Amino acid sequence: MISTSLAAVSYIGATILFILSLGGLSNPETSRRGNLYGIIGMTIAVLATVFGPRVTMAGLPWIIAAMVVGGSVGLFAARKVQMTQMPELVALMHSLVGLAACLVGYANYIDPMAALQLSGAEKGIHEIEIYVGILIGAVTFSGSLIAFGKLSAKIGGKPLLLPGRHFMNLLGLLAVIAFGWQFLHAETTSAGMTSLAVMTVIALLFGIHMVMAIGGADMPVVISMLNSYSGWAAAATGFMLNNDLLIVTGALVGSSGAILSYIMCRAMNRNFFSVIAGGFGTGSGKTTKKSNGDAQPAGEVVAISAVETAELLREAKNVIIVPGYGMAVAQAQHAVYAITQFLREKGVNVRFGIHPVAGRMPGHMNVLLAEARVPYDIVMEMDEINGDFPDTDVAMVIGANDIVNPAAQEEPGSPIAGMPVLEVWKAKTSIMMKRSMATGYAGVENPLFYKENNRMLFGDAKKMLDEVLVALKA
Amino acid sequence: MLIGIPAETRAGETRVATVPEVVEKLIKLGFQVAVESGAGNGANCSDDAYRAAGAEIIVGTSKLWAESDIVFKVAVPTSAEVELMREGGTLIGFIWPAQNPELMQQLAAKKSTVLAIDCLPRVLSRAQKMDALTSQAGVAGYRAVIEAANAFGRFFNGQITAAGKVPPAKVFIAGAGVAGLAAIGTAAGLGAIVRANDTRAEVADQVKSLGGEFVKVEYEEEGGGGGGYAKVMSEGFLQAQREMYAKQAKEVDIIITTALIPGKPAPRLITAEMVQSMKPGSVIVDMAAERGGNCELTEPGQAVVKHGVTIVGYTDLNSRMAKQSSTLYGTNLFRLTEELCKTKDGIINVNMEDDAIRGLTVVKDGVITWPAPAPKLPAAATKPAAAKSVAAPAARGHGGRGAPASASKIAVIFGVAVLLFLLIGAYAPAAFLGHFTVFVLACFVGYMVVWNVTPALHTPLMSVTNAISSIIAIGALVQIAPPLAMGLDRPDSWIRWLAVVGITLTAVNMFGGFAVTGRMLSMFRK
Repeated sequence: MISTSLAAVSYIGATILFILSLGGLSNPETSRRGNLYGIIGMTIAVLATVFGPRVTMAGLPWIIAAMVVGGSVGLFAARKVQMTQMPELVALMHSLVGLAACLVGYANYIDPMAALQLSGAEKGIHEIEIYVGILIGAVTFSGSLIAFGKLSAKIGGKPLLLPGRHFMNLLGLLAVIAFGWQFLHAETTSAGMTSLAVMTVIALLFGIHMVMAIGGADMPVVISMLNSYSGWAAAATGFMLNNDLLIVTGALVGSSGAILSYIMCRAMNRNFFSVIAGGFGTGSGKTTKKSNGDAQPAGEVVAISAVETAELLREAKNVIIVPGYGMAVAQAQHAVYAITQFLREKGVNVRFGIHPVAGRMPGHMNVLLAEARVPYDIVMEMDEINGDFPDTDVAMVIGANDIVNPAAQEEPGSPIAGMPVLEVWKAKTSIMMKRSMATGYAGVENPLFYKENNRMLFGDAKKMLDEVLVALKA
Repeated sequence: MLIGIPAETRAGETRVATVPEVVEKLIKLGFQVAVESGAGNGANCSDDAYRAAGAEIIVGTSKLWAESDIVFKVAVPTSAEVELMREGGTLIGFIWPAQNPELMQQLAAKKSTVLAIDCLPRVLSRAQKMDALTSQAGVAGYRAVIEAANAFGRFFNGQITAAGKVPPAKVFIAGAGVAGLAAIGTAAGLGAIVRANDTRAEVADQVKSLGGEFVKVEYEEEGGGGGGYAKVMSEGFLQAQREMYAKQAKEVDIIITTALIPGKPAPRLITAEMVQSMKPGSVIVDMAAERGGNCELTEPGQAVVKHGVTIVGYTDLNSRMAKQSSTLYGTNLFRLTEELCKTKDGIINVNMEDDAIRGLTVVKDGVITWPAPAPKLPAAATKPAAAKSVAAPAARGHGGRGAPASASKIAVIFGVAVLLFLLIGAYAPAAFLGHFTVFVLACFVGYMVVWNVTPALHTPLMSVTNAISSIIAIGALVQIAPPLAMGLDRPDSWIRWLAVVGITLTAVNMFGGFAVTGRMLSMFRK
């Protein structure tokens, strides 16, 4: 058994280790150590709690059983998941945190011990904490589940836009406040339970509705936002339980997610609220159909074959590859690396340019390329590599569209005007690898297709890249 | 308007300012074209060919000059030619205003408009298609190698024949400008071992791309003089350069020099001793002969043999390839005409707002407008590059934090924060405030730490924060079996089951999150 003070000190230690863990991620070299710090911190925190003053030995069998079951599921999932499925896994895990926060909140509410010494304002605050904790937890839970569904294509990626959706959200918020008032003034636990349950249902519906209204390519923002929510849920639970470790950890996670959301929004040149309000490129249905008349950019689309692509690559000295979600969908990262390796052995300078919102979650492309063993020092951020396109012989775009759309810079009237993009059109030749001429998520026509120095390589990214590789080696 | 093409009068000049293929295009732009009879003879373009392309053939130089609204020329016009020019006419060709001040005065007196193709702002990328200096230098560079091969008594490429082994010729090219690069490509194409040097270190890659080997001068100094030209170098550098040249002279069979500095005599790169040290039968082609020569022993316009080395100092390399030079030059002028006549109605408009045209125009309606102010583009082009190199280290790891918020925005944020804190301070009990302090500080720590995360690791960041947020397990742990106060009515089994489920869920995250993060991070490799 550990004394109260020792438990508190352990918590401080765990807090520091968590901060170090996040700090370690500033560089791939130190990142593995960062993860280790996190594991140590978590171990210390759990052990200090289990053997601390607030848990008796009677609970040990339950704890061990729960840990073993949950832990093995987690380890199994972690081992089995494919890197292209990371966004789904992360979304699913967010939902678990949200659900756990709800359960802890409920358990705390029905536990008479929790509010034993509290009275007056303190009791009120405690109840608010429970209420808010469950609210955030429930939104995180249902929102993440829907995000998971969308990412794994179990639910369509198109935004669901109900009529009067902002009004509905507002109504929900008012109802939540009203029930909160009732909850605070409930005489008995069972009376309060009704308001709590109704609020939970509203929160769940709100979470569903919110994520349903957001389209597939806004997912990086949604995932980071839910990441943030799961942190705030933990922090709220910490307030509820008077536990500083939870508060600090929750705040760390919460701010991390918030910053990621901010970075993602800026990379799309959009306002956070407009993303959350949903409905960007509302008419992906309407605008996708190509307006063959006036709006079409001048010029000709030149399609080429895999063999010609291989020829262009063989003659190039500098190549930049710009991957997008299409590469992830086609699982083409290994084929990309095989080509990269081949070209690098021939002395070609091959690098990768990564747009912050390429893929479905922040850093998605980096992970995929890392999985395919692409060395991280040739994987560049957009700002690092944008200046190098004029000296590049071939810029190869694999399954990306909006993030290389010159309209963002050239057409002030374009819906994506002002969005930072990778300037592939400045390369001597750019090759767009795409399945069709369809517009990207934003539903904006891409003038790049019609540029004089652009070539289109139509087909599935994996299949085409394999053909290119065969042609290169021939 | 009528475009006139006079026959070139300078001795040895066989080029012509346009060829029949280009005449057709000019007519499509809405112009009429008149060619002086015999103008294209030197470039294998007969009067009939011009006539077939739609041009009018005019006999008599003065008649042609008098009738033309616009005259296309190659060589710098003589004062006699300017005299023939129509008052208020337009002249396009090589002028070299810095070297020919009297000519400029004479042109201005004629109230003419003159576009000097040699004054093109070459840094504008859209100017490339009109860049006659480049197109002519390319031809000259090619021809220089051909002249060298002609004077050289051996094969260029190495061969192993039944009659024995032939070593490949070694060619050294001084100056990797357009002419130098063309020479490198041509010599490499013939199979020679090509080495090249230039004071501008950045051309090394271009040299390599054409199959040459870049020979460095072992001395640190940057030689780019702006606008793609070289500049005069320091004494220390020149010393190191001389040593390098002396060494190359002993080793190679052929030296082609192309070094020019704008507005200055050509730099003396090859001394008499170096020539002496070369193997007998070696060849030097001095492409800078017209401006004094890069070699001490060059005689401009002549091919001479000194110390057993043939030194070719021809100044008319372009005229020796008149057809090719004329075709390229004509196309350059056609591209310029296109820029001048965007309406395609056969009337030119000298738009002084256009950077390229402003640079080209040295006399406008009798007013000397040379030198043009430096085009804005190069300044703008170098600035971001410099700014980038400064900004890059600062932005590193910060994932590019946005510009600092404006003062008013900060004021609003502070105002809201003060209000919020006052509210909390007024109503919240002390115990809450302790936790609140921790919370706010933790948010700030999180903010600082997370901005340092490299964007490449955003996915691991999410999964590790996910794993960490399973700290919520502690909430469930303390509920499962707390030391109970006596006599309390506690719905034990309910709470226990909620807590057990809670622990199970968070355990999934705890183990799964760290494991998957570890898995991802182990993949990141250099």
